[in-house]
Amino acid sequence: MIFSKKIMDASFYLIQFLNGIQYGFLLFLVAAGLTLVFGIMGIINLAHGSFYMIGAYLAFWLTNLTGNFLIGVALAIPVTIGIGYLVERTTFSRLYSRGHLHQVLLTYALILIFDELQLILWGNDFHGIDVPEFLSGAIQLTDILSYPTYRLFISAICIVLAFMMYWVIQKTKLGMMIRAGASNREMVQILGIDVQRLFAIIFSLGVALAALAGMLAAPVTSVYPGMGENILIISFVVAVIGGIGSIKGAFVGALLVGLVDIYGKTLFPELASILVYALMVVVLLWRPQGLFGTAA
Amino acid sequence: MALRPESSVFPFQTDTMISEKKSIYFFIIFLLLALFPWIIEESFYLEQLTRILILGVFAMSLDLLVGYTGIVSLGHAAFYGVGAYTLACVFQSADVINFWYALPLSLAASALSATIIGWLSIRTSGVYLLMITLAFGQMCYFFYLESPYCNGSDGILLLNKPEILWGAYNLLDLENETHFYFFVLGWFVAVFLLLKRILQAPFGQIIQGICANESRVRGLGYSTPTYKLVSFVIAGTLAGLAGFLEAAHTGFVTPAYSHWHQSGMLLVILILGGIRTLHGPVLGAAAIVLLEDLLPNITDHWKLLMGLLIIVIVLFLPNGTVSFFTRIPTQSAIQYKNKKHE
Repeated sequence: MIFSKKIMDASFYLIQFLNGIQYGFLLFLVAAGLTLVFGIMGIINLAHGSFYMIGAYLAFWLTNLTGNFLIGVALAIPVTIGIGYLVERTTFSRLYSRGHLHQVLLTYALILIFDELQLILWGNDFHGIDVPEFLSGAIQLTDILSYPTYRLFISAICIVLAFMMYWVIQKTKLGMMIRAGASNREMVQILGIDVQRLFAIIFSLGVALAALAGMLAAPVTSVYPGMGENILIISFVVAVIGGIGSIKGAFVGALLVGLVDIYGKTLFPELASILVYALMVVVLLWRPQGLFGTAA
Repeated sequence: MALRPESSVFPFQTDTMISEKKSIYFFIIFLLLALFPWIIEESFYLEQLTRILILGVFAMSLDLLVGYTGIVSLGHAAFYGVGAYTLACVFQSADVINFWYALPLSLAASALSATIIGWLSIRTSGVYLLMITLAFGQMCYFFYLESPYCNGSDGILLLNKPEILWGAYNLLDLENETHFYFFVLGWFVAVFLLLKRILQAPFGQIIQGICANESRVRGLGYSTPTYKLVSFVIAGTLAGLAGFLEAAHTGFVTPAYSHWHQSGMLLVILILGGIRTLHGPVLGAAAIVLLEDLLPNITDHWKLLMGLLIIVIVLFLPNGTVSFFTRIPTQSAIQYKNKKHE
């Protein structure tokens, strides 16, 4: 009896581990955009969670329209890039020389606007999204335990995207400009790089990543008003733990937060929501600039 | 190369000195506020004004931190919640709430939490400080949401108002709206004068110096972290006072008191009214209370209008609506000036 209970526990922890990793990967997509936008453009974007929500709602809407989740996501991605470009051109581009206070206020106003638009367009209900059949099954782990295929699919997509981001940032000319911009913005401007265009590209990509995270999460969490809010604060925690501006930091931070959150929820349910913030406080007290951040 | 260090470290010296003319204006305004229950006898407006004054105390406390000390906090609502929940948790089943115990308890709890959170937060700066205060604010929010003593998202209903007894004599009957208004007005005036005095005192001059250029103030031999912490604790305690007043006013405390939206809205109030003045936050509070009252009459989607309004203000009136009338140096202008000197 005791022996079988131990096996139960082990596979239970394994499943929690997979859940934590998968949650962490999603957080990474959101936090990567956040940390890039701050690291390179110097902007605190509180409205980043709204893009996550917009992604989820677009996926819901387009899936219903086309009847296929994957086609819906494929159509939604260009739309979100367009939204990102538009928002950057109309509001963010005027904020670069302003202090943190104005950035906080303007992006807070954007949250109000996006929340209200979502309410006007899609109403106040919870919506579920069906995934295609080949993803809706479960993989048998042991005789009694199985793991949903779709969650593995999310993790796989996120790993591919993480590698692509690594490749773009380390190996391409755009990546070179991004890295240069993160370490010395003025110098990049002096060297004759079109900073305006670079900022617009980075911002749109960041928006698309957050929106894609929302689309991928939509079938698991369902689509509901205010879904961007929770993910925003948590991805800020991720970005700060990892060190703002560092993609590597965002990756490590996201996995750390994902695991702490999932294990926290199962092991200490009363403290679960506080645990993640406590982790951030501990990290900041130990390293005020985050795990991989450079001292300001 | 600072040629005149005194003037660039303390650029606001003239701003905080109240001229006699200004004092007369303030006196007239306070007089009008004191006579308000007799000028307009409708209880609805008295209720609104009470809300404005409480929010005004809350906003002024944040202005001490953001406007004068230069610490942009996104977790100020934490202390508002501490003040309110201390009252609600301790006295939720009590028949009589003794004001002389309740208020000092609330203030002590918010001061203590502000000391702990401030001590941990001011070690960081800039965006990290913003985020760590946000995290602490959310920690408080989730604590109220999930702690078994706080009744979750339903919140706590307070059946009685605090009783202010002097011996056997009831000084103010807080069940009475007009009495409650005077109670709040008294605290409002006290906080206003206290902050005015603090800002004129050497301490106030030093925190304003920290706001303009911290390294230079440190260079003058001041321990800037201590000054920042003291400013943080004063601001947190006053926010706790505002929370106590709001809890006593509405008789209802929910975790939403400490939600980060509350802190965000408070920053909006600051910029709406005018940062780095004491009357600005109060005007901002009045504007928000009135807007929240008027806009829902125009459209159900009033948050959309509010958002657009905030964007217009941030983009075109960066110093707040007060900057229409007065010219206050912006933070970026001061930093630019200082950069040029260095």
